[in-house]
Amino acid sequence: MSLLETVIFAVIKMLVIVVVMFLTVAYSVYFERKISAWAQNRMGPNRVGYRGLLQPFADVFKLLVKEDIVPDAAHKPLHTLAPFIALFVAFATYAVVPFGPSINLFGYDVKLVVADVNIGILYVLALTSLGVYGITFAGWSSGSKYSLMGGIRSSAQMISYEVSMGFSIAGVLLLSESLRPIEIVNAQYGWMWNAVLQPIGFITFVVSAFAETNRLPFDLPEAEPELVGGYHTEYSSFKFAAFFLAEYANMIIASCLIVTLYLGGWQIPYIDKLGLGETLTVILQVGAFIFKVVFMLFFFIWVRWSIPRFRYDQLMNIGWKVMFPLSLVNILWVAVLIMIFNL
Amino acid sequence: MSVKKRKKDLNFFEKIYIVEIAKGMMLTLRNMFRPKFTMEYPEVKFEPPSSYRGRPVLVQEKNNVERCVACGLCSRVCPALAIEVQANETELEKERYPEKFEINMLRCIFCGFCEEVCPEEAIVMSKDYELVFSNRNDAIYGKDKLLVQVEQLSDRLDYLRKFKQ
Repeated sequence: MSLLETVIFAVIKMLVIVVVMFLTVAYSVYFERKISAWAQNRMGPNRVGYRGLLQPFADVFKLLVKEDIVPDAAHKPLHTLAPFIALFVAFATYAVVPFGPSINLFGYDVKLVVADVNIGILYVLALTSLGVYGITFAGWSSGSKYSLMGGIRSSAQMISYEVSMGFSIAGVLLLSESLRPIEIVNAQYGWMWNAVLQPIGFITFVVSAFAETNRLPFDLPEAEPELVGGYHTEYSSFKFAAFFLAEYANMIIASCLIVTLYLGGWQIPYIDKLGLGETLTVILQVGAFIFKVVFMLFFFIWVRWSIPRFRYDQLMNIGWKVMFPLSLVNILWVAVLIMIFNL
Repeated sequence: MSVKKRKKDLNFFEKIYIVEIAKGMMLTLRNMFRPKFTMEYPEVKFEPPSSYRGRPVLVQEKNNVERCVACGLCSRVCPALAIEVQANETELEKERYPEKFEINMLRCIFCGFCEEVCPEEAIVMSKDYELVFSNRNDAIYGKDKLLVQVEQLSDRLDYLRKFKQ
């Protein structure tokens, strides 16, 4: 493939991913509202469009036409920059998530991932830790004590949970012997999913992912009853929409990561035994990836409406005294697997 | 930090939370498939029971004459001073009728004292809860809006006969 062709394919893949991402983010908000309503025996939004399907667009439009208020005490440049850090980080991470195997399109061998980077996992870790800057800047630059509390909590939470997240990922990397997301998926061939091989690492990673995305039960940075919305108390209009979208985009990236690292990515066990055509197999595999991500999203929302928020000291206790040792135990377990079974 | 003794000590499975979290999540999952309580308001309307105190109305007999004799007791008892009655004479058997009967629906607190005090069962609380007006003058309901045919109010009148006193 020449350089030009590579660039053209990358641009097409980027466009597809960005459009799909925006739609998924918009509809994850819709499904969040629907599922919360169902869990509480309500109906949820059902007025805009058929069964409320146009509700996300109405929401976004409403936010865009609102007045953008910047408080007097705010540090204006940072106050403006913060939501865009959050949004940029949330959307940039998708570049390395593989959503399918290689496919033969018009005589070209196309990999179904925007950027097949050999340090993909490091890239994801680096970007997700940058995300905390958006929240901390927002909290600090708002000039409001509630926002500041939210920002501080957010950074403390991120530091505590990044550790166990990193160690759980280390277990995955030991097994796949690569930092390249595609090879991690390939290493989980058949039923060799990392969720099956290292359940402890799976649990610690999922819990850390909840903490990283600031979702309930770890949504202390926003904590509506105590902090009046936390870091985005002083935001309105488009900037608020940016934080809102970033939160849901983070949720989706966390689901994608869980699926890629632990649930076998686009792998369907024993699909090559069925003797399907190559194209059909690829379509089914992309469908499997989407299905798994949607299931994880449902899981995120489901947990949010089932489990109450942790207290701050409980959060720190769990992070350092439970999750961290558990992730170390998981590394030992993986080492034992490699020693004994030569996986 | 002192450790508080719990009334009931948690056993091991309760302490690792995972079982309890799974239980809680199954509860919410079950609820997702239960029937919904929501009434979709403009399409489906709530039909209140006869004990419901909606907006007060004047009872109109079948010959299109109101029962009210303009004694003014309702106006006197109204804690919110929402009712204004002006009496006049009439050739009918009841001799007096309300020339003007106005209830300010912005003031009315739906306490039902007017209905309780009325000697003629002429003012009763209806089941009507849809009160909409866009200015203060529209909120003053005159006889044109207050008079309601007696058969539409039979539920409430039966209820009053059964339970009043």
